[in-house]
Amino acid sequence: MLTLSLNISLIIMSLSILVCFIRVVKGPTMSDRVVALDTIGITLIGVIGIVMIIQNTLAYAEVILVIAILAFIGTIALAKFIEGGVIFDRDHN
Amino acid sequence: MLKTTTTIVAFIILAFSVFLFFAGHNNPGGGFIGGLMTAAALLLLYVAFDVKTIKRVLPFNYTTMIAVGMLIAAGTGIASMLGGFPFLTQFDKYVTFPILGKVHLTTALPFDLGVYLVVVGVALLSILTIAEDDA
Repeated sequence: MLTLSLNISLIIMSLSILVCFIRVVKGPTMSDRVVALDTIGITLIGVIGIVMIIQNTLAYAEVILVIAILAFIGTIALAKFIEGGVIFDRDHN
Repeated sequence: MLKTTTTIVAFIILAFSVFLFFAGHNNPGGGFIGGLMTAAALLLLYVAFDVKTIKRVLPFNYTTMIAVGMLIAAGTGIASMLGGFPFLTQFDKYVTFPILGKVHLTTALPFDLGVYLVVVGVALLSILTIAEDDA
């Protein structure tokens, strides 16, 4: 029963990643693509969590945090690039 | 908003990187991924504030950091040669400290520290060199 529901949720999550991927490909503006990529990252975290339950291990717990941190930093860098055209400000004033 | 979030999140990422660095002996982790996470935390600071401010707050010379890391990593190998053992022979010992209790000390930890410093230095040096390029 648990295996069945885990497999169902994996399928639903992969469908969600597929939908987000369509948004990445079609997205009219750059912001749509950035938000869709961020959502793909967050969904990937859920997939890893369910794979951890399926394989009955704790070995991927660090991977979840690493993906969350990298998705956060990547989204912030892309948002700053869209807003100002430059990621690193040389001098603030 | 970005600066307020960054000042909190950077410390969480730094703590996580230190955890990854020390967990590397028995769990996934180690010097490489710990160094990359430290570089990610510092990178977040560089993105949220400007480069000049962070250079004033963190006056690290990343070129020196790479050299020090390489020296530490090579020094752990040469230190075992001084005792008459082959290069990079590693030793471990259970030592009881007053507060920490029984701690498993290995000479693989200084080697990992060297890897950590080299990874942080290389990542930030390459990114900042590209950022300061005037092309």
